[in-house]
Amino acid sequence: MLLEYFQMIDAVEALDLENGTILARAEVPLESPVFEGHFPGSPLVPGVLLIETMAQASGFMLLSRMKFEKMPFLANVNSAKLRTFVEPGQVLMVEAELEHDGSGFAATRARILRDGKKLCDSKLMFRIMPFPNSTLKDNMLERYSQITQNSAG
Amino acid sequence: MSTTFEAVAEIISDTSDIPLEEITPEKNAFTDLGIDSLDFLDIAFAIDKQFGIKIPLEKWTEELNENKASVDEYFILSKLCDRIDELIAAKDA
Repeated sequence: MLLEYFQMIDAVEALDLENGTILARAEVPLESPVFEGHFPGSPLVPGVLLIETMAQASGFMLLSRMKFEKMPFLANVNSAKLRTFVEPGQVLMVEAELEHDGSGFAATRARILRDGKKLCDSKLMFRIMPFPNSTLKDNMLERYSQITQNSAG
Repeated sequence: MSTTFEAVAEIISDTSDIPLEEITPEKNAFTDLGIDSLDFLDIAFAIDKQFGIKIPLEKWTEELNENKASVDEYFILSKLCDRIDELIAAKDA
């Protein structure tokens, strides 16, 4: 994870395009400018970044299913539960599955686990839209290439 | 068994916090009920799931943007329900 650059996913461990599921790894760094403010003396990953992490895992799964022809933008966060603190140095597993593949939108369910224990979960909805420019598309493709190459398998 | 309109009205009321009695067939979801496009995603999601269909929102939006259709054509609730019934019939055919 490179929190300050919103690079939340480090590796894709498993991806099933047909069933719309993804398992990704996210390693919380020991140090980050984010921890200077959140919180001084008690560094914790902000809850909004955990939601972003679940959104990115969902997003990469959706992008891959759509062959990067369109971009999923997070539009709705439902029933988000942040069950425990996430601290520097922890290794997180992020699971997401497609709940509904609509026309112009998609819904997923996602969760983050550590050592098999659920830390947070949420239902997420995405607007599916054309890429606003080639810069974003190229960046998504590059990030996807990086995180799929980082896979342990 | 509830009619398509009754089911859609309940979905709209639940997702958009609009009293059920205000939701009538001649109302336009956007201009009369004040539903915005984000709320409508929730509504489309619930309708898709309840009826086992896929409302073609992308196609409708494209037609609206190209002035090939009017908002009333798709989003007056009686007409929306007609479209839903057509999609259900096509699915079951």
